Amino acid sequence: MITRHHYILLALLLVLTAFSFLVSFSSGSIDLGLGAVLQQLLSPEAGLQQQVLFELRIPRSVAAFITGGLLALSGVIMQVLLRNPLADPYILGISGGAAVAALAAILFGLSGAWVSNAAFGGAMLSILIVFGLARSRYQWSATRLLLTGVVVSAGWGAMINILLTTSSNNSVYSMLFWLMGDLSQSRAGPLSALILLAGFVLMMLQARSLNVLARGDLQAAGLGVDVARLKLILYFTTSMLTACAVTIAGSIGFVGLVIPHMLRLLGARDHRVLIPASVLLGGSFLMIADSFARSIVAPLQLPVGVVTAVIGVPTFLLILRRSQQRSAE
Amino acid sequence: MAGNSMNNSKDDTRKPPVLQTRALSITMGARELFRDLNLTIEAGQCLGVLGQNGTGKTSLLHTLINLRPSDSGAIMILGRELNAWSRRELATRLGILFQSGNDDMPATVMETALLGRHPHLARWRWENAEDVAQAHAALTAMQLDGLVERDITTLSGGERQRVAIATLLAQRPQLYLLDEPGNHLDIAFQIRSLDVIRQRVVTEGLGLCMATHDINLAARFCDQILLLTGDGEFLLGATHVILTPENLSRAYGCDIRQVTYEGGSVFFPG
Repeated sequence: MITRHHYILLALLLVLTAFSFLVSFSSGSIDLGLGAVLQQLLSPEAGLQQQVLFELRIPRSVAAFITGGLLALSGVIMQVLLRNPLADPYILGISGGAAVAALAAILFGLSGAWVSNAAFGGAMLSILIVFGLARSRYQWSATRLLLTGVVVSAGWGAMINILLTTSSNNSVYSMLFWLMGDLSQSRAGPLSALILLAGFVLMMLQARSLNVLARGDLQAAGLGVDVARLKLILYFTTSMLTACAVTIAGSIGFVGLVIPHMLRLLGARDHRVLIPASVLLGGSFLMIADSFARSIVAPLQLPVGVVTAVIGVPTFLLILRRSQQRSAE
Repeated sequence: MAGNSMNNSKDDTRKPPVLQTRALSITMGARELFRDLNLTIEAGQCLGVLGQNGTGKTSLLHTLINLRPSDSGAIMILGRELNAWSRRELATRLGILFQSGNDDMPATVMETALLGRHPHLARWRWENAEDVAQAHAALTAMQLDGLVERDITTLSGGERQRVAIATLLAQRPQLYLLDEPGNHLDIAFQIRSLDVIRQRVVTEGLGLCMATHDINLAARFCDQILLLTGDGEFLLGATHVILTPENLSRAYGCDIRQVTYEGGSVFFPG
């Protein structure tokens, strides 16, 4: 059921998204200022400002928005699939597989697109391993999937540590940046925008079924949902979204876990509201975090994954506390 | 014993039985839960399923709604083979109350009750005023009108059970399958919820099949009793025929006695 509250929430998120784009366009080691950004957007004038905005800022902001949207949407799906509020996009080891492959690529002296391609390959490998191991003939139990994912994830973790301890200092620095999540090298191509859009549309089509599935497999089956089929769709959708996000920016933590929860606490529990709201808030949140990451210690840059945690942790705790007080009343 | 005493007056112009099974057998692993079960629930009738722990009450309900396969035999829902229904179509005719729900993810009481409308709605459609009215009526029947905006994760066990029953009422199925409907409910709500469902069943010509451990609840609400006695054996027949101290004592392996008082009777362990 959609209420006025939900419309207001979505409208506010749209405004926030527009605002976040502007902030993201204007901040960095060269401060453009909101006025200059608006002027350039409306009537571009050739020069340094235009070059910075169109060649550096806009592609990076778009990459941040898409990555944030992918992670938040993936988190929503993962939490329903595993019916576990603590699930995040990386819990089934997708980022681990991507990291091992990306780090191996860095170790061999590759960079740029090669690292991204390796990460994507590693993510796919991990998706298939977990799928193959967790699937039993009749059903997918959330526990079995979770256990398989967590164990595979731990395996990747060990391999990451081996790679880190045996690599030269130079590559360790790039590896650490990759592991913490970093948007400085990122370009999100049209393919990733398409994957986000496809994932979004597919999940909106299933949104009411997701509401039912959140109540349990049996409940959902009793209410007419083909649970096995839906879970298969969810597993592959969330995997693709995560793989795509990891390929763009490494493993940025926190967005996929916290954004869906923030929105649920703000009243968006119905997936028909939660899904669009998550994409918008996830995207905005990552753009803002990335703006901080490149301006706080400019001209140096922090890995954005650090900033998402630094902003996200207190915000989330605050909202959690407020909602506890409200439900206690 | 596997006969059926309730459809003697059957004539061909009446609507088909809500539920009918022919020679139904279910095994669990190597164990046979029951064999050659011929059940009929006519429109307006209530069937109670009794038996010791692990005799297959829940498995029977899950089989009837196609959540687990049967080994042999046929199940007809409203005159049509169970497997001929799509899962979603089936959910518009058949509703089930499970023994325990899953309430880890947040949702309000109203949102939960509205899930009962899910099978009736096309993929893209939102719940309309009619659906909301159904959910509201169901919540009112379970006396939850004061809690509609509460998060179900903050409710007591009994309140959650009432939400689950309200969701089933909002679903408006033609056959109600109830697995331990009295779970967590105080005695007033046990009676109240079954009164509401039974009244619908009788006035609208629907069917009810409930598995329970409460012999007195079954005696009060059911026309027929299926008493599972283990090892594939069972007794099936009219309530007053099956619910005798002898049958019950044998089925439960424990001395059960009956007292009659002011026209009603009560079963209790001796």
